[in-house]
Amino acid sequence: MVSETDIRAYLEEVSDPEIPVLTITDLGVVQHIYLQDQTWIVELTPTYSGCPAMQQIEVDLLAKLKEKGIPNAKVKHVLSPAWTTDWISEAGRQKLRLYGIAPPVNEPDKTALFSEPPRVSCPKCNSNNTRMVSLFGSTACKAHYQCNACQEPFDYFKCLK
Amino acid sequence: MQESALFEYVLRLSDDSLILAQRLGEWCGHGPILEEDIALTNISLDLIGQAISLYDLAAALEGKGRDHDQLAYLRYENEYKNVLLVEQPNGDFAMTLLRQFFFDAFRLPLYEALMQSPVEQLAAIAAKSVKETRYHLKHSSEWVIRMGDGTEESHQRAQAAIDHLWRYTNELFYEDAHDHALQAAGKVPAMAEIQAKWMATVTSILSEATLEIPKNNWKFDGGREGRHSEHMGYLLSDLQYMQRAYPNMEW
Repeated sequence: MVSETDIRAYLEEVSDPEIPVLTITDLGVVQHIYLQDQTWIVELTPTYSGCPAMQQIEVDLLAKLKEKGIPNAKVKHVLSPAWTTDWISEAGRQKLRLYGIAPPVNEPDKTALFSEPPRVSCPKCNSNNTRMVSLFGSTACKAHYQCNACQEPFDYFKCLK
Repeated sequence: MQESALFEYVLRLSDDSLILAQRLGEWCGHGPILEEDIALTNISLDLIGQAISLYDLAAALEGKGRDHDQLAYLRYENEYKNVLLVEQPNGDFAMTLLRQFFFDAFRLPLYEALMQSPVEQLAAIAAKSVKETRYHLKHSSEWVIRMGDGTEESHQRAQAAIDHLWRYTNELFYEDAHDHALQAAGKVPAMAEIQAKWMATVTSILSEATLEIPKNNWKFDGGREGRHSEHMGYLLSDLQYMQRAYPNMEW
């Protein structure tokens, strides 16, 4: 009989389709896992409301569990409490950096207009001399930055709280 | 009564999100600069995501076995309950950003208030969406200030957009018997409360942008009752085309 711990370990093998170095457990989207009427239920919290990766994650997750001999698992989407970038694990942050995406840092209050964009260090050369090109980047969760020191353009995983 | 009132209320929120998302999506590949092309379509995607959650809730409340796709794609024009503001054509960049600003300044306090709603799923959607909406309002507010307090040309275009769109803003605070029933039950906030917050944001941003609130108080409404402007039919024919041409198609 598989346990919740086994399932959590299997989910370590399911990656985010848009950021393949991150597993869904690194991302912090997996919540409770429990058995209900002989069926394993995995609770997932969406990152951004419209993130198309969430549908793919569900497909990949169910395929992984099937491969591990759990054919009838179900995914339940939970919205509350809402996902925050604080739930990305320390290992996940390290993987993001190595992959070339700057992990989220604490940002100033979003009600402040024209506020200084967050200080983000370049994932290539570690310089703090970077600038925000656009608050909206290649996916809903990222902003577009450029390093003034090494000129590398890079994605910054926006802080969502 | 309350179930159907709540269905109607949630449907209005969903339709506002979907129709505005459709308008913003029209900018895809046409933005004035690449960053804004990406920003507008990102905001569109957030709104579509919010619409999916809201339609799911509406469908559950209705209990007739419809799903979010059926609600989004398979209704007639008079069954959509979005405000007229969100269906207005994109116009120039100033028109799009002013429309967005008026909407974001309304949505943020509304979601903040709905986070306290005893309707659990509605409160959860609001708590999720409020975080995205803060980014949207920051983006649209900064553009309104940049355009209003920018060049003579950008100022004039921003003011023209305000003068045109102002007539549609009062409908954001529309209330009828459905709203009153839900408010009496403590499930949703009074619109007067939201309107006061909206007005405070609008006054402060427009003043910083050196733009003026029009004196003309002529107001349009009808969207909440399913009476739309002539633009809505064209928008829906685009939005619904695939489902109408190839019923039940999926990809």
